[in-house]
Amino acid sequence: MLQQLEGSRAIAETVARCRPEVVCAYPISPQTHIIEAIGAMVKDGRLAPCEFINVESEYAAMSVSIGASAAGARSYTATASQGLLFMIEAVYNAAGLGLPVVMTLANRAIGAPINIWNDHSDAMAVRDAGWIQLFAETNQEAADLHVQAFRLAEALSVPVMVCMDGFILTHAVEAVDLVDQAVVDSFLPPYEPRQVLDPDDPVSIGAMVGPEAFEEVRYLAHLRQLDALELIPSVAEEFAALTGRASGGLVHPYRLEDADTVIVAMGSVLGTIKDAVDARREAGERVGVLGVAAFRPFPVAAVADALRRARRVIVVEKAFSLGMGGVLATDVATASPASGPDLATVVAGLGGRPITRRDVEGIIERSARGTLPRLSFLNLDEDVVARERARMAASRRSGPFAENVLRDVAAGGAHR
Amino acid sequence: MFQVRIHGRGGQGVVTAAELLAVAAFDQGRHAQAFPSFGSERTGAPVVSYCRIDDHEIRTREPIDAPDAVIVQDVTLVHHVDLFGGLSPSGYVLVNTSLPLDELGLDGRVEALPDGHVAGCPATELALAHVGRAVPNVPLLGAFCALTGEVPLEALARALRHRFTPEVAERNVAAAGAAFDLVTDLEEAHRAPTA
Repeated sequence: MLQQLEGSRAIAETVARCRPEVVCAYPISPQTHIIEAIGAMVKDGRLAPCEFINVESEYAAMSVSIGASAAGARSYTATASQGLLFMIEAVYNAAGLGLPVVMTLANRAIGAPINIWNDHSDAMAVRDAGWIQLFAETNQEAADLHVQAFRLAEALSVPVMVCMDGFILTHAVEAVDLVDQAVVDSFLPPYEPRQVLDPDDPVSIGAMVGPEAFEEVRYLAHLRQLDALELIPSVAEEFAALTGRASGGLVHPYRLEDADTVIVAMGSVLGTIKDAVDARREAGERVGVLGVAAFRPFPVAAVADALRRARRVIVVEKAFSLGMGGVLATDVATASPASGPDLATVVAGLGGRPITRRDVEGIIERSARGTLPRLSFLNLDEDVVARERARMAASRRSGPFAENVLRDVAAGGAHR
Repeated sequence: MFQVRIHGRGGQGVVTAAELLAVAAFDQGRHAQAFPSFGSERTGAPVVSYCRIDDHEIRTREPIDAPDAVIVQDVTLVHHVDLFGGLSPSGYVLVNTSLPLDELGLDGRVEALPDGHVAGCPATELALAHVGRAVPNVPLLGAFCALTGEVPLEALARALRHRFTPEVAERNVAAAGAAFDLVTDLEEAHRAPTA
């Protein structure tokens, strides 16, 4: 049944239907509403049996999730931004130990400078940790992905992170059809751990592994990621057969049939991009979109196949690697054939800066004219940048650059 | 697509207003998307929320730069925030005030709107009278129903009953209804001289 719900509420209700036995999280914007709602459901008994464990930090939240998972409990947590960075050692441990924790990441920028708004820097910071990372385009898909995430995690003994854009999705109220409890129960069997801490059948988990075996253990984890490339689409198909919804999978192609220009992106910005592509299509241009739904493992073959006819590929991404450029774009380039398309990266939406349909149409126009650089930053105010560079050149003690830029912008050369 | 931008201050239910409007539109079988523009949230700070209503799926995620309607929950924002930026020339403006609109110093963009597209509503007073709290959001939504006809009052009432406990819901329904009647009377009085 369709309901008009806040995204965070849709996630909380869906996670509850997945019957987690332990939820341990530490609140941080924009994840907070999810955790508040789940906490309330545990307290009033709607989610039972389940223990909600309050802790003092994200580091503890992931550590408790690891312990609970190792004890055989279905474990769930959620975080964002600095919270993810604070738990990062344990994030690697969850994957390294092969424990199927599911975590919502309400994507948010990373400081400094401190910024609570959306971009993908947090997800990119842990892309090599060994978690499966799925990106949601809408709140419907975000909710559906959580059901698939538990299934994938437990089938593979690999933790799964469902990435959804902070505020843009978590705080948006839109129509969502929550998966019925009976459907979740038929889709998601009770958790059968591959390894469990059981006093009656003791094992040790987390032994020191030296040079004699570390590479093999790591390679086995890599193979499980490659297994996920097979399992993610089949789980999505099975989910579609039950619900009629094409949530999840590896990639989401849109109007690619005859497209010579393809925009590649992840997350909620795909909606705005599709509107822009429809507008350019009406103007007779052959433009399409490729949404990357699974970022880790990266679907090299699926991306290569989707881009095989493209002459121009534009990666629009909400994060970048300082001193290098696009992160998603680097993976897309790896997937593209050597004689492949022209590839341009547009870094956009950093720290919550809006990406509008007009912006995307502008990107498409510049690409068609051949004036889109290999790496560019959407709506970057070059004058503000130049003035701070000049201040730095003029004086050794030019001061903190973030505050200088803030004062400059407030004084007039303002971006909205 | 009909796009609404709501301006107010933290604590005035600005975000809740957009959500209620989206639920009321959804109740009518329409597509709706409500979302806030959060800063570092604190009571009294300027807050903006948005609501899109359409007969088709809404895919865009950009903020609303060209609203069809602007609701001003706190008139003290007039000289601090560009309340009417991008407002459609055929759009609507609804202001929480007990003063005549021409005493508020609203700008030329509001004066240029079509007759019957601008209304003031003493929403804080109505909220105090009916709900007992100075939260003007729900009366303004009732007034919005009367001013724009975009969402029927009955759908708003159902959204309120869905959201609040029965007693609180009925007080809010009464506040919304009173504002709806006030603006309906204003609109009729406005039309009367030409009739």
